Amino acid sequence: MAGLELLSDEGYRVDGRRAGELRKVRARMGVFAQADGSAYIEQGNTKVLAVVYGPHEMRGSRSKALHDRALVNCQYSMATFSTGERKRRPHGDRKSSEMTLHLKQTFEAAILTQLYPRSQIDIYVQVLQADGGNYCASVNAATLATIDAGIPMRDYVCASSAGFIEDTPLADLNYVEEAAGGPQVALALLPKSDQIALLEMNSRLHEDHLDQVIEAAIKACKDIYTVLDQVVREHVHEVTTLLGE
Amino acid sequence: MLTSRTFLKRTRAGSVMKVVREHYLREDIACGAAACERCGEGEQPCEPRLEAQPSGAASSLCPAPHYLLPDTNVLLHQIDILEDPVITNVIVLQTVLQEVRKRSAPVYKRIRDVIAKPEKHFYSFTNEHHRQTYIEQEQGETSNDRNDRAIRMAVKWYDEHLKKLNNEETIQVILLTNDRSNKEKAVEEGLTAYTCEEYIKSLIANPDLVDRLASVSDEGKDIESGRIIFSEHLPLSKLQQGIKSGVYLQGTFRANRENYLEATVWVHGDAEENKEIIIQGLKNLNRAVHEDIVAVELLAKDEWVAPSSVVLQDEGQNEDDDENEEEKENILKSSINKNMLRPSGRVVGIIKRNWRPFCGMLSKSHIKEARRHLFTPADRRIPRIRIETRQASTLEGQRIIVAIDGWPRNSRYPNGHFVKNLGTAGDKETETEVLLLEHDVPHQPFSQAVLNFLPKMPWSITEEDMKVREDLRYLCVCSVDPPGCTDIDDALHCRELENGNLEAGVHIADVSHFIRPGNALDQESAKRGTTVYLCEKRIDMVPELLSSNLCSLRSNVDRLAFSCIWEMNHNAEILKTRFTKSVINSKASLTYAEAQMRIDSASMKDNITTSLRGLNKLAKLLKKRRIDNGALTLSSPEVRFHIDSETHDPIDLQTKELKETNSMVEEFMLLANISVAKKIHEEFSEHALLRKHPAPPPSNYDILVKAARSKNLEIKTDSAKALADTLDKAESPDFPYLNTLLRILATRCMMQAVYFCSGMDNDFHHYGLASPIYTHFTSPIRRYADIIVHRLLAVAIGADGTYPELTDKHKLADLCKNLNYRHKMAQYAQRASVAFHTQLFFKNKGVVNEEAYILFVRKNAIVVLIPKYGLEGTVFFEEKDKPKPKLSYNDEVPSLTVEKTTFYVFDKVKVNIVLDASNIQHQKIRMGLLEPKILESGVPNQTTELSTNNEPAKKKTKK
Ligand SMILES: [Zn+2]
Repeated sequence: MAGLELLSDEGYRVDGRRAGELRKVRARMGVFAQADGSAYIEQGNTKVLAVVYGPHEMRGSRSKALHDRALVNCQYSMATFSTGERKRRPHGDRKSSEMTLHLKQTFEAAILTQLYPRSQIDIYVQVLQADGGNYCASVNAATLATIDAGIPMRDYVCASSAGFIEDTPLADLNYVEEAAGGPQVALALLPKSDQIALLEMNSRLHEDHLDQVIEAAIKACKDIYTVLDQVVREHVHEVTTLLGE
Repeated sequence: MLTSRTFLKRTRAGSVMKVVREHYLREDIACGAAACERCGEGEQPCEPRLEAQPSGAASSLCPAPHYLLPDTNVLLHQIDILEDPVITNVIVLQTVLQEVRKRSAPVYKRIRDVIAKPEKHFYSFTNEHHRQTYIEQEQGETSNDRNDRAIRMAVKWYDEHLKKLNNEETIQVILLTNDRSNKEKAVEEGLTAYTCEEYIKSLIANPDLVDRLASVSDEGKDIESGRIIFSEHLPLSKLQQGIKSGVYLQGTFRANRENYLEATVWVHGDAEENKEIIIQGLKNLNRAVHEDIVAVELLAKDEWVAPSSVVLQDEGQNEDDDENEEEKENILKSSINKNMLRPSGRVVGIIKRNWRPFCGMLSKSHIKEARRHLFTPADRRIPRIRIETRQASTLEGQRIIVAIDGWPRNSRYPNGHFVKNLGTAGDKETETEVLLLEHDVPHQPFSQAVLNFLPKMPWSITEEDMKVREDLRYLCVCSVDPPGCTDIDDALHCRELENGNLEAGVHIADVSHFIRPGNALDQESAKRGTTVYLCEKRIDMVPELLSSNLCSLRSNVDRLAFSCIWEMNHNAEILKTRFTKSVINSKASLTYAEAQMRIDSASMKDNITTSLRGLNKLAKLLKKRRIDNGALTLSSPEVRFHIDSETHDPIDLQTKELKETNSMVEEFMLLANISVAKKIHEEFSEHALLRKHPAPPPSNYDILVKAARSKNLEIKTDSAKALADTLDKAESPDFPYLNTLLRILATRCMMQAVYFCSGMDNDFHHYGLASPIYTHFTSPIRRYADIIVHRLLAVAIGADGTYPELTDKHKLADLCKNLNYRHKMAQYAQRASVAFHTQLFFKNKGVVNEEAYILFVRKNAIVVLIPKYGLEGTVFFEEKDKPKPKLSYNDEVPSLTVEKTTFYVFDKVKVNIVLDASNIQHQKIRMGLLEPKILESGVPNQTTELSTNNEPAKKKTKK
């Protein structure tokens, strides 16, 4: 009868967060030894693994090589068990291709590719569990993995989604909030320079509200940044103490 | 920093597919008590709602200060009590709110409204996300039990939490629950719990509240009278299964107004077959109430019944004689015509109740000292309701409101409770209140929240306002309205330009300047949709400060306006149209008569008069062109009451007289509306708010064509133009009123004009005005549609900004739906008000004899119109307890022959008019035929001779 109340009059969302709050973020770097860089992130129940190889020589057809910078090769996929309903997800379905393209755009903007002309950087991202904000978690995981690989970047790339419900912008939508079909934006930000690496919007949103929603997304990205930065620092600390011994 | 806050995370699993959801528990949720210093220091401090010294009624059960905490069922069923000003300081748990939201949208809306009122001191506590009050469902525990436990957990937490306050007296939390086991468990756990009844009865000096307790049958009560009358309603899950598989049909239950043992169910969906299912007999009706959404099962074909034509009112007083009912049901079945059999069914379950509070009167029980009484709703489609009250003697003869609480299987009538006393039946105020309530006209005084958005007085035009406006104060603008009009929304001007052309302007009150999108004032106006004019009362759509002052274009004050200005040549052909926000200063507020006098006067040559003459000249040309294009001029007998200024009783009726100036103003309003419609549709093809008037299906005109033919006139209906032309020609030299009658009849053939959103429809045509596009722009003070049109036009000319809802066609379509509904209801309310005042008028007059014309003939009656009063009534030829005359009806002509007298449409008759007050709740005007006298077959009329000078009667004998 009555649909789900996404934001109560008291100001709580379905899962108990307030409008601007993120889900709990947990992350680890260097989860695989054989890759050049890797990271695992949990944003609420969305869990993503990212692996980075490179920079290395071009594989396959050399004609794709770029003479002035590195080629960023991305691949996004979802595990069969990542959603409640088990589903075989062939590589290159429409959704995944789109995500792949988005990731590629995002990281081409962030990695200092001109330092590695004629070479290639591979970023593989797999969503192990999907509960909203898959793209954003993928970006965040890939950022950590890239840092783990020691590839120089302009800045961290932090991504978060934001929606708009009952005249209130909501940060970091979970699956239930996404499924409600309201307007939502996904934003990837270089937090130090406040540069936007990617902005995508779904569904209609009146232009009067756009600023508010983007602002909420930017704020969420900066919050993510604080967390990621902490993770990186802890990781570096761990590694250096190991080396020091 | 957000993420470092200590959240404990738990997951819940459920449903067949494993769903894992996060559920954050927090420590920053305040308890809401004013005396608490430990809560409310979070980032978003909410003001404490619960008073440190709870006011509210003193209770003999718990004299100490306390907060109340109702469980779900108490909130669902006793919302009337909770709304009472006596009940304050209540904690509403999220668990309870969520359940209420699931189970009843209206109650949820009401409790939300109560929580929003600061003086009620209701606090909604988000217990499901509080770290110390959240509990998990245990294995084998039903979700109901789990919720009960969560509620008790919250009470316990509050008890302990409030003990820690530095209050002189510890505030107690009282759990209100009608569930016996829940209450027992609470007491075991050391909590204070009462049933709602116990608590309300313990309130000192508030005995009235007890009557308003909903009679919810607790387990024990059900067995009281053991006879089960009705079969059980199937649970929703089974109904949904059944509907899916086609065993049951879902539809809206519509009770029969004339016969309480019969109803029809309009099946939802597009199926051609079994669209309308007849339900007959108490057991098959199975406790469904008018407007409920029900599931029905079709009966086998040999059990199908025919719609009965019998009139049956439920008059039983004793609720136990259902043997009687069976007898009555047999009456229904006895007169079955095999051809008339229709799909029939029985109600197997209720999908959604659509109960609202009902107006009506108490039928006091014959048993002295009885507490249970039957209540008879004013709406005949609603069953009588049993209520329990101790004030039956005071409530007798009063109009009261009653709400239904439930309808147990062993009860002939639904159980309900008394909500409110409206006043003595028959009183003008009471009856007005009743008709407003029954027509769902929002008429409460505007709330403070709404009034807060009014401009602060003294108000003046600022420079900021002037930036987007043209200063038109130099123009000689004036307004023309009916006498006594205080909400003037339009003013006009006309002047000659230097190039010899004419400039005409329509200036409309700039209401959208004052009512900004989305605020409480805007929402309230949108909800009301229209101002409702009753005979002696006006229910404003916007507060009076706007309607009668700041927006009213009175003379000699500066007012903000939205102007539509045309440049025309002397043939009234439009050369240029422009729209602008403006400031005007009207030079005169005239009545139609005053304006007419100025135009006709030979001596007056001032600016205002010249302006009026120019307008009048153009209007005549515009009108002629419109009529030539096929616009219809129809008429309805509009009646005005002359109301005694002291007693407010109607003393005389007068039909509205139309002057040339009426049509002058109308013509310019139509022109403005059409010009604006074109403009906004040009700019917003997908979301312009327009008004259309569909052409009626040809069959609608049957009565009109036949009636005209019986007077040897031909009416063509293939197009609006043909209709208009033939109506013009339809004159009879010896019967001047005939043309008006034909136009009245033509009006009845028309469809309703409706608002719609241009992106949701492709037929825009306005049939009556013969215009390809039309909207409403000229009355924003009294119609909400016009406010939206103003906003659209303002955006189109760059005078104002847009906002999201304005360009959302679905929202606009929803708005149109509400506006159409409100306009329809306003019209009905208006008619009901006229009917009531007509009754008052005739009550004072006694029996009146008047001339009348037949408008329609029916199978057993004629419908007549009395031009003098604009009053329509039905003359029946069958009376109770009298021998029935021989009737024969001819559908082709149409005509009705009573014994030897034949009646045709438009015949002139003489009737007497009396007020029939035998049923106080349904008083009505009764009409009896005086002339022609009905000749009884065989026996010559004993009393008087047939009046031979009656012309129409003569005609008949010739045929
Ligand atoms: Zn507290």
